[in-house]
Amino acid sequence: MRYVFKTSHDQDIDLLRHKSDWGWYAALIALLAAAPALLPAYYVGELAFVFVLAIASVGLMLLTGFTGLVSLGHGAFLLIGAYIEAHALRAGLPLPVSLALATLGTGAVGILLGLPALRLTGLYLAIATLAFSGIVEHLFAHWKFLSAGETFLTVPNPRLGGVRFGSGPGYYYLALALLAGTVLVCLNLLRSPTGRAFIALRDSPIAAETLGVALARTKTMAFALSAAIGGLAGALYAHKISTLTAESFNVLLSLELLMMVVVGGLGSIKGAVLGAVFLGLLDPAIARFKDYLPPAIGAQSGLQLALYGLILVFFVLFEPLGLAGRWAKIKAYFQAFPIYRRAMFKRTKAYMTSERMR
Amino acid sequence: MNGLAVGAIYGLTALGFVLIYKATEVVNFAQGDLLMLGAFIAWTLVVPLGLPYVLALVLTIAAMAAVGAGLDRFVMRPIIGQPHFAGIMLTIGLAFSIRGIASLVWGPQERGLPTPFAQQPRNVGGVLVQESMLAIAAGTALLCAVLYLFFRHTRLGVAMQAASQNQLAAYLMAIPVKSVFTLTWAIAAAVSGIAGVLIAPLLAVELNLWIIVLKGFAAAVLGGFGSIPGAILGGLLIGVAEQLVGVYEPSAKGITAYVVLLVVLFAFPRGLLGEPQGKRV
Amino acid sequence: MSLLRVENLSLWFGGVRAVDGVSFAVEKGEVFTIIGPNGAGKTTVINMISRLLAPRGGAIEFDGRDLLSVPAHGVIGRGIARTFQNLELFEHATVMQNLLLGRHAHRTTGLVSELLFLPRVRAAEREHRERVETVIDFLDLHRHRDSMVAGLPYGVRKIVELGRALAAAPRLLLLDEPAAGLNPEETEDLAFWIEDMVADLGITILMVEHDLALVNEVSDRVLVMNQGQAIAHGAPAEVQRDPKVIEAYLGA
Ligand SMILES: Nc1ncnc2c1ncn2[C@@H]1O[C@H](COP(=O)(O)OP(=O)(O)OP(=O)(O)O)[C@@H](O)[C@H]1O
Ligand SMILES: [Mg+2]
Repeated sequence: MRYVFKTSHDQDIDLLRHKSDWGWYAALIALLAAAPALLPAYYVGELAFVFVLAIASVGLMLLTGFTGLVSLGHGAFLLIGAYIEAHALRAGLPLPVSLALATLGTGAVGILLGLPALRLTGLYLAIATLAFSGIVEHLFAHWKFLSAGETFLTVPNPRLGGVRFGSGPGYYYLALALLAGTVLVCLNLLRSPTGRAFIALRDSPIAAETLGVALARTKTMAFALSAAIGGLAGALYAHKISTLTAESFNVLLSLELLMMVVVGGLGSIKGAVLGAVFLGLLDPAIARFKDYLPPAIGAQSGLQLALYGLILVFFVLFEPLGLAGRWAKIKAYFQAFPIYRRAMFKRTKAYMTSERMR
Repeated sequence: MNGLAVGAIYGLTALGFVLIYKATEVVNFAQGDLLMLGAFIAWTLVVPLGLPYVLALVLTIAAMAAVGAGLDRFVMRPIIGQPHFAGIMLTIGLAFSIRGIASLVWGPQERGLPTPFAQQPRNVGGVLVQESMLAIAAGTALLCAVLYLFFRHTRLGVAMQAASQNQLAAYLMAIPVKSVFTLTWAIAAAVSGIAGVLIAPLLAVELNLWIIVLKGFAAAVLGGFGSIPGAILGGLLIGVAEQLVGVYEPSAKGITAYVVLLVVLFAFPRGLLGEPQGKRV
Repeated sequence: MSLLRVENLSLWFGGVRAVDGVSFAVEKGEVFTIIGPNGAGKTTVINMISRLLAPRGGAIEFDGRDLLSVPAHGVIGRGIARTFQNLELFEHATVMQNLLLGRHAHRTTGLVSELLFLPRVRAAEREHRERVETVIDFLDLHRHRDSMVAGLPYGVRKIVELGRALAAAPRLLLLDEPAAGLNPEETEDLAFWIEDMVADLGITILMVEHDLALVNEVSDRVLVMNQGQAIAHGAPAEVQRDPKVIEAYLGA
């Protein structure tokens, strides 16, 4: 184990604890920044999409992984963000304004949903979010007022200073920058009182309350933030699919987001990103792999779904701490090399307290 | 009447949730996919294999019971006693797997499952009702009666009830709790298999049948997520509400269940018949 | 003037009169202990003072002001912190994070500045950590500072919970069975800490406890409850000679 001798509080407060971490993250950023020059356009597009998924996943992680509020309908926030983005750009607003509107507008919807949801806990909350997303999807599919009367709403490709940000390298860098910003903001939150209040709410609402955490306000805040980040991801998602239909944001998207969070590892921002990378790259990988399969199997969408299901089952049963947990184990293994003990990571009780309904 | 028939199917799905939830505290998100699987199995038995309807029904029930028991034994058991969320994610994983495998085996086409019941309306006490709808209603009622008798009057049924109310106490009373869980899953899967067969005259056999799980949720919550009559009643209410809304605003039919669900949850945060229960410190 | 005044407090759960017309007053700087057989209603009294339960009748005043008009999350702002009989820790957070949550009532920063982690957020964080460090010194928790609570032994968790309440720098500390589950050495430590908290930190303590040795050692006054009612009240030794008290314990 690397033992850090602490001499100042800043060493605990800072995001990167070790000098070498700086080097690794700088290298990662440099590599990602150089990617458009190194990779074929197709892969750049896939990578950008992974960033978008990662933004949404981080937003959901805040709500589900840190605050302990399960959302089965997060796709609805992406949908709302996507439509706001499309309408704003079609109305001629510049990209920064449309993105801000998508973020803030969706955050406001999150508050609207959060307010009635305050009284719900656990499973009932999960089911309510599912119903909410079903209703949102339906409204956008059927209300002309929301969909501008078009089943397929085209999203303009915004231009700013001569660069197109809706596709190509412009889109890639935009997504990368927004992902970095989102991650940074969330990490900041988690080292501040509000983020700790989220964790408190997750682990023991009663103790949180006696320590001065206003439960209703904190829950609403978690919903608002998570929805806002979802809205931002939705706005970027809109450019990726470039024509919007409400159906692109159905319950399967919500479940896929939840899956990223679980596969990545609940309660870890790194996990949220890892989960998104894993699932985001799985699709293209399957697509390539299919070429080698007999067409009777390869042509089916079922293959992907079955694989998703099996992966999810595998993680819940065998790696409940997700990819982030696995990562920590591998790291600990190498740092402690001769003396690694399995018990260092013995499975502790999972944290969402069981709350029997009847 | 159509609404009642659909509602009965929703009720059966809700029934599956409630059975499993009460016994194991797991909310089974794969309930809709089990229904779909049951429908596909029945179709395979009736159409390509040419078995008679009733025999196919019996075989489907048996097959689904085996599937349910297998799922409990090999997948669900490790997470007994873990929080709800683990169960939710695990059963979502199961749902995806079942749907994916069904898609690989049967493909995305819609298929019709022929039933011996006529589509002609029949006069029942002055009301015209399709025979197939009657079959659904009668099937559901019969199933409920059987389950009622089972839980009330057989040793095993009483043991299952005991286990669902207090696992530890049941365990101490030498009730084999694990076998009870397996049996519960078998029954719940069999019930969804029956629902999958009964639904045939209403909907085609296809992958999207899993969507019924969402209606089943609404029904279960409406019924208080704990009682078997509540689940059926909740299902019937949702079915009728959907039907009524469909008459006035066809496009809104699909979200009726959601709206009802949200309204109920916001008015009664612990479900319609749910008991108030706060944590003691 | 008494620091805490409880007047004719009652709360019924259905037919159970968990607390039935209890009155007492806690003076500044004392250790006031409630004892009584299981189910006497001691925890329920504590829960009402921390506003987790609303009384059916009666009044609670803290520092001369009505406490019943304060929401549960506002109680700590008045200067009342508590621990729980069955531990309510933030299990999947580190000891440090738990202790920092004890400082939540003293937060000075808002959401937006925290999202950006402005310099004043950092300054506030340093200050919180400074305070928490004194609690860690006091309770000798150095070894566990960065451990997850979920993996700690019971005795340590009890101390972490005490530390979390202390980090809030309360004026009144409510301890619900602080010694339950502790071994004799740990109980010994607890007795010292309680005395130090009162003497050095100026904290008043209202405690519920079954361990009579500890009660005798640290309490200034004792209130005995049985079946929701206060049946005796006075100095520890005096109360334990009271025939009503002996009967309550034997009859229970
Ligand atoms: N939330 C609740 N709902 C119903 N009854 C309750 C509740 N909380 C406590 N009670 C009942 O009120 C009575 C007093 O309980 P309380 O927890 O205050 O006792 P106590 O004196 O703290 O006992 P112990 O020494 O065992 O902790 C008991 O009969 C208990 O069953
Ligand atoms: Mg108690």
